[in-house]
Amino acid sequence: MNLTLQVWRQNGPNDKGRMEEHKLSGISPDQSFLEMMDVLNEQLVESGKEPVAFDHDCREGICGACSMFINGEAHGPGRGITTCQLHMRSFNDGDTIYIEPWRSAAFPVIKDLMTDRSSFDRIIQAGGFVSVNTSGNTLDANAIPIPKEDADKAFDAATCIGCGACVATCKNGSAMLFTSAKVSQLSLLPQGKVEASDRVLNMVKQMDLEGFGNCTNTGACEVECPKGISLENIARMNREYLVAAVTD
Amino acid sequence: MKLDAKIPEGPLADKWTIHKNNIRLVNPANKRLIDVIVIGTGLAGGSAAASLAEMGYNVKAFCFQDSPRRAHSIAAQGGINAAKNYQNDGDSVYRLFYDTIKGGDYRSREANVYRLAEVSANIIDQCVAQGVPFAREYGGLLDNRSFGGVQVSRTFYAKGQTGQQLLLGAYSAMSRQIAKGKVAMYSRHEMLDVVIVDGKARGIIARDLVSGEIERHSAHAVVLASGGYGNVFFLSTNAMGSNVTAAWKAHKKGAAFANPCYTQIHPTCIPVSGDNQSKLTLMSESLRNDGRIWVPADADDAKAVREGSLKPTDIPEDRRDYYLERRYPSFGNLVPRDVASRAAKERCDAGYGVNQTGEAVFLDFSDAIMRYGSTEAHVRGMHNPSDDEVRKLGKEIVAAKYGNLFQMYEKITDDNPYETPMKIYPAVHYTMGGVWCDYNLMTTVPGLYATGEANFSDHGANRLGASALMQGLADGYFVLPYTIGEFLADDIRTGPISTDSPEFDEAEKNVQGQIDRLVNNNGTKTVDHFHKRLGKIMWNECGMARNKEGLEQAIKDIQALRDEFYAEVRIPGSAEGLNPELEKALRVADFLELGELMCHDALDREESAGGHFREEYQTEEGEALRRDDEFAYVSAWEYSGNPSEPNLHKEELVFENVELKTRSYK
Ligand SMILES: Cc1cc2nc3c(=O)[nH]c(=O)nc-3n(C[C@H](O)[C@H](O)[C@H](O)COP(=O)(O)OP(=O)(O)OC[C@H]3O[C@@H](n4cnc5c(N)ncnc54)[C@H](O)[C@@H]3O)c2cc1C
Ligand code: SF4
Ligand code: FES
Repeated sequence: MNLTLQVWRQNGPNDKGRMEEHKLSGISPDQSFLEMMDVLNEQLVESGKEPVAFDHDCREGICGACSMFINGEAHGPGRGITTCQLHMRSFNDGDTIYIEPWRSAAFPVIKDLMTDRSSFDRIIQAGGFVSVNTSGNTLDANAIPIPKEDADKAFDAATCIGCGACVATCKNGSAMLFTSAKVSQLSLLPQGKVEASDRVLNMVKQMDLEGFGNCTNTGACEVECPKGISLENIARMNREYLVAAVTD
Repeated sequence: MKLDAKIPEGPLADKWTIHKNNIRLVNPANKRLIDVIVIGTGLAGGSAAASLAEMGYNVKAFCFQDSPRRAHSIAAQGGINAAKNYQNDGDSVYRLFYDTIKGGDYRSREANVYRLAEVSANIIDQCVAQGVPFAREYGGLLDNRSFGGVQVSRTFYAKGQTGQQLLLGAYSAMSRQIAKGKVAMYSRHEMLDVVIVDGKARGIIARDLVSGEIERHSAHAVVLASGGYGNVFFLSTNAMGSNVTAAWKAHKKGAAFANPCYTQIHPTCIPVSGDNQSKLTLMSESLRNDGRIWVPADADDAKAVREGSLKPTDIPEDRRDYYLERRYPSFGNLVPRDVASRAAKERCDAGYGVNQTGEAVFLDFSDAIMRYGSTEAHVRGMHNPSDDEVRKLGKEIVAAKYGNLFQMYEKITDDNPYETPMKIYPAVHYTMGGVWCDYNLMTTVPGLYATGEANFSDHGANRLGASALMQGLADGYFVLPYTIGEFLADDIRTGPISTDSPEFDEAEKNVQGQIDRLVNNNGTKTVDHFHKRLGKIMWNECGMARNKEGLEQAIKDIQALRDEFYAEVRIPGSAEGLNPELEKALRVADFLELGELMCHDALDREESAGGHFREEYQTEEGEALRRDDEFAYVSAWEYSGNPSEPNLHKEELVFENVELKTRSYK
């Protein structure tokens, strides 16, 4: 395949940034999108230029590192996948592909396609955990039976990989889907119930402090989420928040 | 160099308890005066950082990813073992211990493995208490499945994302400590050297990957939880950033490196497809519970399949060779990984491979689909269901069990595994070798510890499935937090360690020197160019099968490649600021030295053990020939100052509780 890439280049958070054009040829449809980016970078290095910086690690859709806006969509075309799971067979020979970083006030650009998502870590630090001592002196795991349905729902919420596509795709830059996934996972389980109200209040507060926008229920986040995290979680978080705020 | 494994006295089952009762304690007020550096935030490092902070130590944790939640452990799919005997199928601490020792081909340390089995049950309790959503049965209790090499169901799992859920558990425990100020987290930081003061590990040199700044960090002890080095092969199932740098730099500062040639080759990966491929994808071993592995029995059929003129589904039962079931009737498709991998290679080398490159075998779910389908039809009271109805029901059950893996396979290969068998081939997956450590997990450098995949101690020459996660969490939650006290008890009056010492100056100067050398090199070739070439040498000569001649040649080739690397590599950009090519170059420079050591180690080991198959040493049936009389030792290599002249030390392995037998899965 022959392709024209329009790639965002930005030297650092204070640089203005610009699109840069690159031509690629001989790309196999079986290559992944990131492998195509590797080919581009090899070419750049060989010609003495700096390669395009982008985050990636596992390359199998689970670490949540890779993050690119491709042709105006978070993680590119295709539902339920991350950029590293996108294959070039999703494109046509001769296509022009636009590649940009996540854009959100709470995710400043570090360089090129790489952004700083540490705000997500701080939201978790505000309460996205069960406060149990790491001593091993806990109850036997089967001492608290959990209905399979609850466990499955908690699992579904827990599959969020913290990639930030939901934020990047939201016109308000809201982190509701991410935050609600963690809130839901823990509030669906007996272990997490104890601290549920403090958790939701603290996490939402942190979310606001980090500069994420408000949720206006447009649902774009759910569409772009590679892990299919459902809007139900946002509804559940809102309910939890209301109850917690009233009793606080 | 003296290797003292410090195995406690007493009967095997009591060693850990006796030891815990004798380890010196550091009282809570004194713990506040002690700093510990943890390199890595995977299962081993994340759980250690959380636990040490919980106990009261001041922890500084480092990872090269942007968030500790993205450590490579996140990718583990299949599950984690624990001797809970919830299924009442006869499991016990002893059996888990025994399976692990045997599965590792009797090349691991009895006492360590027993302790691992002993604390395994606590790990599950701890994780459940943290809210890890393990799979459950309808009655609300935890569900289990089985993995290769064992005959009981002791593996706990969370769909195909067990590693993710366990890591998020450790990450959340750590996040809680970060919020309390007990853990200082340094993301996007890479450790580039250990600093040794008065013979003890007292700090590190790290590079802030965003600013490029070289930093000094001191502590009373340093823990390496930096993961495995499978990426020395370039293509592997590991995350792209996984590397050996932290362990290698520790090795160069005096830590012995043990059993470097013990690499695990995982039998169920998606085969290599093209030259620009950057990684291999694992299909969880749990698939072998239900999938049957076969190749055509007839070489002509295999050829026709390769050419695309014959569909696998058109090959009748009697023209298929279910070679694992044939060769190993009692374990069948659930033989350990090394056995399954070798058998696949043997069939493909003999000309029965089923993809274009001839390096793939089938993993077939059609029987499982029909079997589950007819049970389900029964449950639903359907009389005389048609084959299609049964198949449909069966597909639903299989989808519920393995759906996400099937989806992943389809996305990568564009093939639907519900309709046609998957194609799989062995790939580099896990490194059993690593930094040598004693029973306390301390390396040969006092105050320097190694945990998780970075150390060597528990898996011998082959790792059974679902035991790496167990080991990482055992080390981090339950072993290190105790054993580190033995060393730190002497430091309650030491006070903060200064970073203004000649040792820190020297280490920083060396790191800076290496960076400058790479950045100022005016070569023409990319870092990946060298990495790929190294990977080819390693896979061909030090991979699934090795021989003396090949290894000797590989050593020469690697030396030459290393010279070429320093002459020809080109790193654009500067040492300041973010520079991913420089990061890769620093890692590949270390792989180029480690690769050679792996070959030296493979050359020394004139036997076949686990994943390490020396072609000269095999039985008449082509099985691995272990030579216990001469090789029941851990090889621990000391750095001599020249990567080509390593010094070998041997830790004799003493087996008091198990009898060394030929491993048979027949
Ligand atoms: C695809 C896949 C599936 C697997 N499935 C299973 C399974 O089902 N069951 C099982 O038991 N095992 C499984 N394994 C193996 C298991 O996942 C790993 O062995 C285990 O997670 C390793 O954990 P760790 O904490 O030792 O290291 P890692 O999780 O690799 O963590 C290494 C950490 O060290 C940091 N680091 C490394 N070098 C430096 C440096 N120089 N400076 C700073 N930080 C550094 C990294 O940032 C990272 O945080 C699987 C492995 C793979 C690849
Ligand atoms: S909710 Fe979905 S899109 Fe948002 S961070 Fe989690 S996985 Fe990514
Ligand atoms: S690289 Fe890990 S999700 Fe894409």
